[in-house]
Amino acid sequence: MSSIAVSTTINDDDVEFLCQPDETLLDVLRNRLGLMGSKEGCGTGDCGACSTIMDGRVVCSCLVLGAEAQGRKIETIEGMAQGSDLHPLQTKFIEHAALQCGICTPGFLIAAKALLDRNPDPTETEIRFWLAGNLCRCTGYDKIVRAVQDAAAEMRGEPA
Amino acid sequence: MRYERPDTIQDATALLASAEANSFVLAGGTDLLVRMQNDDFEADLILDIKSIPGMDAVSQNDEGFVIGAAVPAAALSEHAALASAWPGVVEAANLIGSTQIQGRCTMVGNLCNASPAADSVPALVAAGARVRVAGPAGARDVAIIDIPTGPGKTSLQKGEIVEAVLLPHPAPRSGDAYLRFIPRTEMDIAVIGVGVYLALDEAGIVSSARIALGAVGPKVVLADEAAAAIIGTRLEQKALDALAAACSAASQPIDDKRGTVAFRKKVAGVLARRAATAAYARAGGK
Repeated sequence: MSSIAVSTTINDDDVEFLCQPDETLLDVLRNRLGLMGSKEGCGTGDCGACSTIMDGRVVCSCLVLGAEAQGRKIETIEGMAQGSDLHPLQTKFIEHAALQCGICTPGFLIAAKALLDRNPDPTETEIRFWLAGNLCRCTGYDKIVRAVQDAAAEMRGEPA
Repeated sequence: MRYERPDTIQDATALLASAEANSFVLAGGTDLLVRMQNDDFEADLILDIKSIPGMDAVSQNDEGFVIGAAVPAAALSEHAALASAWPGVVEAANLIGSTQIQGRCTMVGNLCNASPAADSVPALVAAGARVRVAGPAGARDVAIIDIPTGPGKTSLQKGEIVEAVLLPHPAPRSGDAYLRFIPRTEMDIAVIGVGVYLALDEAGIVSSARIALGAVGPKVVLADEAAAAIIGTRLEQKALDALAAACSAASQPIDDKRGTVAFRKKVAGVLARRAATAAYARAGGK
């Protein structure tokens, strides 16, 4: 198989890479670009650990071909903090202890960011449905939901 | 394996027509990429249609809505006119998978994957939707129900690609709805799905209807006798009883781990009542 040359934008940086036709975006991120924050859980779009934002929509990067990134705008967990300043979601996940092993955490953060970018004041039900495609097998979901609610309130400028 | 991303539908159909046997059209990829993970998956050509103009757009013309084959389900509910005209179709498409899947999955993919349990398909059949099929000999419009022929099988010929879903403008005083049964609250595969479309006359009596059933046979079922059971009624109890009985009778399901034959037949009737009641209310019936 011959390699495909791809030009894309990842976390606001112009990026070029070569990939195989059957290589997923997740494999490109992790194995070719050294962006190891997106995790591989199931590899079949069920667990959400590989969530990334592509042209404003949260997707499973295991279900995107690397070649499909051509001309797109990709956001990964590596672009979430600004230097050493964590995103409010990241801060609140730490404060609420909304993680244990951490494998699911980048996916939850990316999916939650996509939610808050669209809806700054989601209900608990909206948060739970939006995050239904992200599986956590150790913390449970209550702390994660509370962290998202708390981050949303802070981002709306409401007093804690 | 080759990956091709043509810029025109003519190039796309020509590539498919001249390709080896194992060729796959890639739109949202939420079924195809999963299949590609299997060790025994073999492909000669992956044809990505997303660079073809119009594939990612919802537009309106005199006849109705044209929904490009690569429009993700999430974009359907964001299209206010479409969501208002065909709420049942949009609800059905929005039941597919998680947020992440919604960002990629398409109704045309749902149709061409040809799962008997596809959620958007009964809703589209009930709505009277058609698809535009492009091929080496030109385009043809085909009723949705004529695309799937059985589990994983379609009537598409070599070189043919479904370009778009064509939804008519809804008739005055009409409504549609889709309901499914799953044992969870979300992210599951339909055990039974029911799509209902109905239109009322000026007196509020059902003047036309289409009822489509999913996951109760090898492909979607258009239940004409179920429609006949409610035409000429105001969905009185007796009409709903007849509708439920007709849907149960039209269901030819299998026993599997997700549901038994008896359960599926019974629930097809229950969901048909509820979906018809919802569609009736949307049509303005009281």
